[in-house]
Amino acid sequence: MKLIFERGQEGRRLDLLPPCDVPEVALEEKDRRQKPLDLPQVTESELSRHYTQLMQHTFGVNDGFYPLGSCTMKYNPKINEYAASLPGFAQVHPLQPRETVEGCLEVLALAEKYLCAVTGMDRMTFQPAAGAHGEFTGLLLIKQYHTLRGDEKRNEILVPDSAHGTNPASAAMAGFQVVNIPSSPDGCVDLEALRQAVGDDTAGLMLTNPNTVGLFDKNILEITRIVHQAGGLNYYDGANLNAVVGIVRPGDMGFDVVHLNLHKTFSTPHGGGGPGSGPVGCKDFLAPYLPGPVVDPETLDLVQPAHSIGKVRSFYGNFLVVVKALAYLLTLGEEGIPQVARYAVLHANYMKSRLEDLYPMPYPDRCMHEFVMSLEKLKKETGVSALDVAKGLLDNGIHPPTMYFPLIVHEALMVEPTETECKEVMDQAIEVFRRLHQLAYDDPQALHSAPAATPVGRLDEVQAARKPVLQYGG
Amino acid sequence: MGSYIPTTDREREEMLASIGVSSIDDLFSQIPEEVKIHGGCGLPAGRSEMEVRTLLETLAGKNKVYPSVFRGAGAYRHYIPEIVRSVVSKEEFVTAYTPYQAEISQGVLQSIFEYQTMICRLTGMDASNASLYDGASAAAEGVAMCRDRKRTQVLVSGAAHPDTIRTIQTYCFGNGMECVVVPVKDGETDLEFVRAHAGGSTACLYLQHPNFYGILEDAQALGDAVHQAGGKFLMGVNPISLGILKTPAEYGADIAVGEGQPLGMPLSFGGPYLGFMACVSSLTRKLPGRIVGETVDNRGQRGYVLTLQAREQHIRREKASSNVCSNQALCAMTAAVYLAAMGPDGLRQAALQCASKASYLQKGLAEAGFPLVYAKPFFHEFVTRTPVPALEVEAFLGREGILSGYPLGEREMLWCCTEANTKEEMDRLLQLVKGGVQR
Repeated sequence: MKLIFERGQEGRRLDLLPPCDVPEVALEEKDRRQKPLDLPQVTESELSRHYTQLMQHTFGVNDGFYPLGSCTMKYNPKINEYAASLPGFAQVHPLQPRETVEGCLEVLALAEKYLCAVTGMDRMTFQPAAGAHGEFTGLLLIKQYHTLRGDEKRNEILVPDSAHGTNPASAAMAGFQVVNIPSSPDGCVDLEALRQAVGDDTAGLMLTNPNTVGLFDKNILEITRIVHQAGGLNYYDGANLNAVVGIVRPGDMGFDVVHLNLHKTFSTPHGGGGPGSGPVGCKDFLAPYLPGPVVDPETLDLVQPAHSIGKVRSFYGNFLVVVKALAYLLTLGEEGIPQVARYAVLHANYMKSRLEDLYPMPYPDRCMHEFVMSLEKLKKETGVSALDVAKGLLDNGIHPPTMYFPLIVHEALMVEPTETECKEVMDQAIEVFRRLHQLAYDDPQALHSAPAATPVGRLDEVQAARKPVLQYGG
Repeated sequence: MGSYIPTTDREREEMLASIGVSSIDDLFSQIPEEVKIHGGCGLPAGRSEMEVRTLLETLAGKNKVYPSVFRGAGAYRHYIPEIVRSVVSKEEFVTAYTPYQAEISQGVLQSIFEYQTMICRLTGMDASNASLYDGASAAAEGVAMCRDRKRTQVLVSGAAHPDTIRTIQTYCFGNGMECVVVPVKDGETDLEFVRAHAGGSTACLYLQHPNFYGILEDAQALGDAVHQAGGKFLMGVNPISLGILKTPAEYGADIAVGEGQPLGMPLSFGGPYLGFMACVSSLTRKLPGRIVGETVDNRGQRGYVLTLQAREQHIRREKASSNVCSNQALCAMTAAVYLAAMGPDGLRQAALQCASKASYLQKGLAEAGFPLVYAKPFFHEFVTRTPVPALEVEAFLGREGILSGYPLGEREMLWCCTEANTKEEMDRLLQLVKGGVQR
């Protein structure tokens, strides 16, 4: 496929701007750009066709089943997109006078109220632009809490070995030492190891529940109590909230601070990598530390929290994403929200029940919204790896599950069907998984060389990293 | 209410039978009863699509959309070519996840590769990442890149956007770097202060150019000063201005970052915007976030993959260069479509018109009793005094459908013009203020 730089001709252009209607200024030589700007010179039709081609080589939720574990690739409702496109939201300057942005402030206040109701938190900031950004923000709240209490030796964050990579990375950015907590054989937090690890240097614990192997940690109250008793705080990573939204609240499990991924649980699209939104909610005692400004729920004024950690980005966050999530919350409401979790969990258990005879499940208990299969045995017997099976799925129009995660499971595939997929789509995927399992024994080479039906075959990642080519002609 | 769940009662029973349980409730038996929600969480009842639409239209209707905008201060209203909206609303792009599966994600990957190329060409730098959250967080990530064991201090220009300064300070609270704000002298970053304070512990200087007050800084001298102390030079730039202004590379910057919103993104009450970042090649492996690289497939075809992942959180965990996972990919695509649509001549025109119109408005305002505060060369923003309190100017023009400059102090206002402002609307503004600002 041609790059945009390989299209067009010198002199081609779009006619977008009228001629300048005021006298042109001349810059001083020292301020002027020296090297001529080299951008594509194309017509609108060339540009339009170029991106139509790129579109045809892109796979979104709208193109088919996308059971990418931990990413909650549910359907993205169209009414949400419509709401975000309204000029009354999209054409509003972030620094307009207060009385001209009442509607925006009300959106933030309503979204905060509903998301606090769902999480059991008291206050929320929408500044963080993504989940990892939320983790960083939440950890700084914890840091500020200990710092202002003069408890500065608390420099350790406990992270289970099954955690998402962002957890330890965020903790490091917030200046904490990371202490890994091993999982027990059932995939949950090893309570004894946790008790050993906590102490007067414990700042807090980061946890997803359900965890990354798809299990709800039944000891959750004990876990959060151990951390609290040691003087630490509990951070809830909301990546897996879809499993329990409307069923149980992080705030009731003993968590003090939580981030949500609006682009997962609350149906906003992921845009090929973003923009997402990672709002952070907290209990009242942490609210004075939130990044500012926050919206006062009574007056709708933008106010600066008393001991704010500062700002984690400009203005108020990815506002239009919040509009979309609010549209979703309004649509589902009190009855709809718990159904999300109920059907997400039903669908995952259904797929698991239809695959467990062929694909070993390292955690055979009933799962929550996702489950992890290990292809270790398949690989040993046939040489076909989790990667090979994933590539085989591509030829069948299915986006593969998350591969090689969590790290504690070998040859892992993590499957999350979500509540919005219908049974026939799941049944078809189950058939494909079963067929590929058979194929691994019959013709392993076919899977080693998969995919065959995609625009490109397997790409040489080693070469890409060894001799990086990061720009055209570069 | 809707919940977008397709499963019928019969299908539910079939699934339950396959699982071997009698109800969905049984699937939640791992959760201790005492923590479950009893009696609901207190959300309102669900609504039909028609009701939701009405409600949100009502909320949007409570906001004022100004026909005429003369406010920037970090968010800029430019003309957005229609092709931009058309491309970035394609559902394949909108609904895809991060391109982990390269074979079915060549469209997204190539679009990012093209974006990276355009950012490199715009800034003159060697390598760009796939995007960050916004300009402020990109600046803060850039500061963290410059840190090493001995160099833990950052000098931040006090003439940068206040949100950027606050964001850098917040990231420094996290990573323990010392953040020194360089004083502002007559609208510019104090060069003497930088010369005096840059030393063996200085990791970098962050300079915004043009700065928050619109002024063209002495970027060459400031960059030289920090380089002389062995620190890195990190520049925050306005991407439209690079149509005519000297590039960060030409000023000797090691890292260029900026707010990409002017490249085709609507004002959106502050987001989603786009953080862009590019650096000299020696820093490539310290870049935060995703990077797309070119390679070949097993059939010998050119293709693109996420690369240099050994920097990233999912591999390196606490030793990663950053925690960035999700970025602003669709906004990066927006910027790429915008830049391709504008082309070299269009971007130059846009930049030149920004500067020319700002100059025209500034002269008119000066005649109307709004003198320039800093007599320095500026790009498309400038600060004036106001003959009456700035808030009164804002209210007066607001009633006329004009979003005035941004009130900075009691009698100071930061004005902005872009190519989207016509001479006609500027003349109307000038006529209004010449007639005297009415309460």
